[in-house]
Amino acid sequence: MEENKQVVGRIFDIQRYSIHDGPGIRTLVFLKGCVLRCRWCCNPESQEFSIQTMVMDGKEKRIGRDATVEEVMEEIQKDNRYYERSGGGVTLSGGEALCQPEFTKALLMECKEAGLHTAIESTACASYEIIEKILPYLDLYLMDIKHCNAKKHQEFTGKSNELILENARRLALDAKELVIRVPVIPSFNDTKEEIRAIAEFAASLPNVQKLHLLPYHRLGQDKYNGLGRKYLLDGYMPFTEQDIEPLFLEVKKTGLQCQIGG
Amino acid sequence: MKYKSGPIEKSPRISKLVEDLYKELPEIEADRAVLLTESYRQTEGEPMVIRRAKAFVHILDQIPITIREGELIVGSATKKPRGCQVFPEFSFTWLEEEFDTVATRAADPFFISEETKQSLHAVYQYWTGKTTSELATSYMAPETKKAMEHNMFTPGNYFYNGVGHITVKYWEVLEIGYRGIKEKAQKELETCQLGDADYAKRTRFLQAVILSCDAVCRYANRYADLAEQLAAQCVDPKRKAELLQIAANCRRVPEYGATSFYEACQSFWFVQMLLQMESSGHSISPGRFDQYMYPYYEKDRKEGKLTQEQAQEYMDCIWVKLNDLNKVRDAASAEGFAGYSLFQNLIAGGQNTKGVDVTNDLSFLCIEASMHVALPQPSLSVRVWNGSPNEFLLKAAELTRTGIGLPAYYNDEVIIPALMSRGLSLEDARDYNIIGCVEPQKAGKTEGWHDAAFFNMCRVLELVFSNGMDRGEQIGIQTGDVTKMQTFEEFFEAYQKQMNYMISLLVNADNAIDVAHKERCPLPYESCMVDDCIQRGKTLQEGGAVYNFTGPQGFGIANVADSMMVVKKLIFEEKRLSMAELKEALEANFGQGISNEQAQEITTSVVKELLEKGKKVTEEQIAQIFITVLNTEVSPEKKARYKEILSMIESVPKYGNDLEEPDEMAREVAYTYTRPMEQFKNPRGGIFQAGLYPVSANVPLGQQTGATPDGRLAHTPVADGVGPMAGRDIHGPTATANSVAKLDHGIASNGTLFNQKFHPSALKGQQGLQNFVSFIRTFFDKKGMHMQFNVVSREILLDAQKHPENYKTLVVRVAGYSALFTTLSRSLQDDIISRTEQGSI
Repeated sequence: MEENKQVVGRIFDIQRYSIHDGPGIRTLVFLKGCVLRCRWCCNPESQEFSIQTMVMDGKEKRIGRDATVEEVMEEIQKDNRYYERSGGGVTLSGGEALCQPEFTKALLMECKEAGLHTAIESTACASYEIIEKILPYLDLYLMDIKHCNAKKHQEFTGKSNELILENARRLALDAKELVIRVPVIPSFNDTKEEIRAIAEFAASLPNVQKLHLLPYHRLGQDKYNGLGRKYLLDGYMPFTEQDIEPLFLEVKKTGLQCQIGG
Repeated sequence: MKYKSGPIEKSPRISKLVEDLYKELPEIEADRAVLLTESYRQTEGEPMVIRRAKAFVHILDQIPITIREGELIVGSATKKPRGCQVFPEFSFTWLEEEFDTVATRAADPFFISEETKQSLHAVYQYWTGKTTSELATSYMAPETKKAMEHNMFTPGNYFYNGVGHITVKYWEVLEIGYRGIKEKAQKELETCQLGDADYAKRTRFLQAVILSCDAVCRYANRYADLAEQLAAQCVDPKRKAELLQIAANCRRVPEYGATSFYEACQSFWFVQMLLQMESSGHSISPGRFDQYMYPYYEKDRKEGKLTQEQAQEYMDCIWVKLNDLNKVRDAASAEGFAGYSLFQNLIAGGQNTKGVDVTNDLSFLCIEASMHVALPQPSLSVRVWNGSPNEFLLKAAELTRTGIGLPAYYNDEVIIPALMSRGLSLEDARDYNIIGCVEPQKAGKTEGWHDAAFFNMCRVLELVFSNGMDRGEQIGIQTGDVTKMQTFEEFFEAYQKQMNYMISLLVNADNAIDVAHKERCPLPYESCMVDDCIQRGKTLQEGGAVYNFTGPQGFGIANVADSMMVVKKLIFEEKRLSMAELKEALEANFGQGISNEQAQEITTSVVKELLEKGKKVTEEQIAQIFITVLNTEVSPEKKARYKEILSMIESVPKYGNDLEEPDEMAREVAYTYTRPMEQFKNPRGGIFQAGLYPVSANVPLGQQTGATPDGRLAHTPVADGVGPMAGRDIHGPTATANSVAKLDHGIASNGTLFNQKFHPSALKGQQGLQNFVSFIRTFFDKKGMHMQFNVVSREILLDAQKHPENYKTLVVRVAGYSALFTTLSRSLQDDIISRTEQGSI
């Protein structure tokens, strides 16, 4: 629809040939702005809605630009044939796409109009009214659940988890497909008990069959320096396969299909 | 499941054979050269084709033979594993000059004993003035030779070596044996009438074929004798039985048709190995092995005589043997073809002459064999079309994931029409296989002269800036003062003119070499296995093949395209830069310092100019000029401006990012090479057809190339294949692939080459493999022609540079082939590391 095409959103990257966030070969659209402030966030430049300057390799880089749905669609559709061949499509990521509800909805509508498979990678930390509006245009909801303990969630992400868990229950009933994703973060949720608790919650949700464990990595660390911020998880090493294996088994115990990585 | 595609266990024998193969540095052996020369001395004055056949006979009757421990397929060209013979009839001076350095050089070193040096030295006395390379030189135009001296192009491959680059009718040998082929020649001979105009040539060629066929049969029987002797001495009953079976095989094949899959394997091997004994040409390609071997496999399987494991072991043995063959090249060529590669291309899958997919169990076994041996040979290829079974491509992707750079993927949907546009019938085009790196042709009917020269398109761009001058000499034509050009079109046209001229020189060089091969090195053995040589009574070198081509390959498209964009945008459209300024920046290498080599070049230019003006120049003055040039300080203002220019260049859109304008430019730039090529003919009655790929020559030939307007610094590698310049494609593999697919691959019917590097994580799990297959299929939907992959993480490659001892068998894709990473020169290693790694997050 014509009015959808002109809706403006703020994005900071479009990444083609993404194969870890939804089925097939996909294009990821990264939207700027997020409600959470996760300490481990590997895209710290995504958190603020405002356009920022980040120093990378000694050069200043402008992060964020305003683009119309039409402009984004043009980029997305360059890989149409790859989506067709692989059963892929588009995944909205961020930041948190729900922070720009109008743009997100318009973009998803246009994607469906173009016959593309759509997914969102999201915290689901928003009013359910907002979420509800995009569900008709969404094939797959990749939802993060980071912790079952509200206090610890508050401490590491800046927000409590009640709204998130509540939304998960509703999404399980309303979304076409819901997959739960758990970033496994050292010092935060990397014990068997903590992962087990999340997995049990996920398994209790109707229609949910899959859970992805996303092991912590440090690829975002330099960006903190580039933004003049302190990296709070400094000193932690990435997990080895042996570290993740017991957590994987914990998830399996709940009967969920579990995969490591997206 | 339609195919038996599951993994098959690797037999311990194969591990042992591979281990033995790589124990020592390969060695140069003199036997062939000595025997060849003995024979030549005895046949002075006889027709050349007979002399060639008699020399082949003498070699096969006398050369030492050996059966290596544990082998099931026998026949070795050298006493030592991975050794190489020498071919003085093509050229020899380079080897004599390199006697003392060949063992220690960076690329492809070979051990050579003092005794071998002496034998070869004695042999070489005979060959002065008698080689193909000397005759070719005398046939070339002076301006051609000059252009070659200035590294505009290099036809080094056939200039110094045999031609190779062929797939013969293996299936005919399997079916009727050399006895059958000999009978065909005899029958033809009986039809020759004394009064025929071609009686002399025809009869001598057919006699040469008969001599060669007989020699091959005797040679196989020598192996049968040896196997029997070894069996008699063998105490291990299992090995004894194996040796007796080997003896029985060699008594039967290749003299007679094969009656079992095992015999077919042995017969195949004799053909493959002896082709490389007759002539030093590389890229002798087995072609559609899974097709012509299948009837033997199917029959034995049906009759319960063969298990899949046995078939796999025989094939694995052949795969090992393909790595036992070797070739010493001159130091410069060794850089261009680095990795001891013989480019024996073997292809699996694809359609038959009727357009039906004929992927079979052997296609899967071929891939499994490459997984088992994990070695660079054969250069395994896979044919892909809309009818290719998904499970076959998944199996191929699994091999890709191992990181050995195999297989390469080829698109039937582009190659078949491309070949038809060059005169192949629909049936023949559908039955194509690949020669060497990426060159498609119809087996058993083609003398393709693929790989006929490397043509550096960046050097031609330099000529536009210098009005055809290079190091003080007029090498190109005069296209006018570049700083006076008023429009981009004028600039582009000047480039086209320089290209047209330089291409005509390249054709002149190739055709001179072609004639030299015809006159001095006709190959009766090879010719008897290609249609219609026997019927026409002509060798391949005389034009006996049904299809004749010459395929020289151009490279540097990405650099020239990006350069054209810079000139168009910054100089003519935005006018932020003047041509004079760009010219100066190029000469100054963008203020990034100049090397000794470059200073020498500039000095030569200055001196020549002075001499032309009638001035005298003394040695001291020359030295002074050189020092001045070398130490010329670029002023800080200039330096700052060059930096600014480089940053302006960086902002111009580049090829490889799925952007219309630069991609369109690349397409047009490729046409400046592919289109003029089409009008030329070769002496065998065929046409020229362009390829677009540099093998690995983009590194050494880049070292001979000055700075280019795309911001590439002097003496650094140029872009690889038809891909974008390393590091300039920043929008992921689909964007890069879309750009590359926008080139006209069909017109480059001698092949195009597109390297991609993937991080292992991109192929993780079944899903990763499936996405990878979809990626290839989509590139091919968009009319890409070829694609190959390195799947090794950057960290591993860096570590292999630091600790080569831990990575002795790390195989990576170099260009149209795979090689052992640690045997590559440092600069080529760096080039591979810097190719953009896709899908790493």
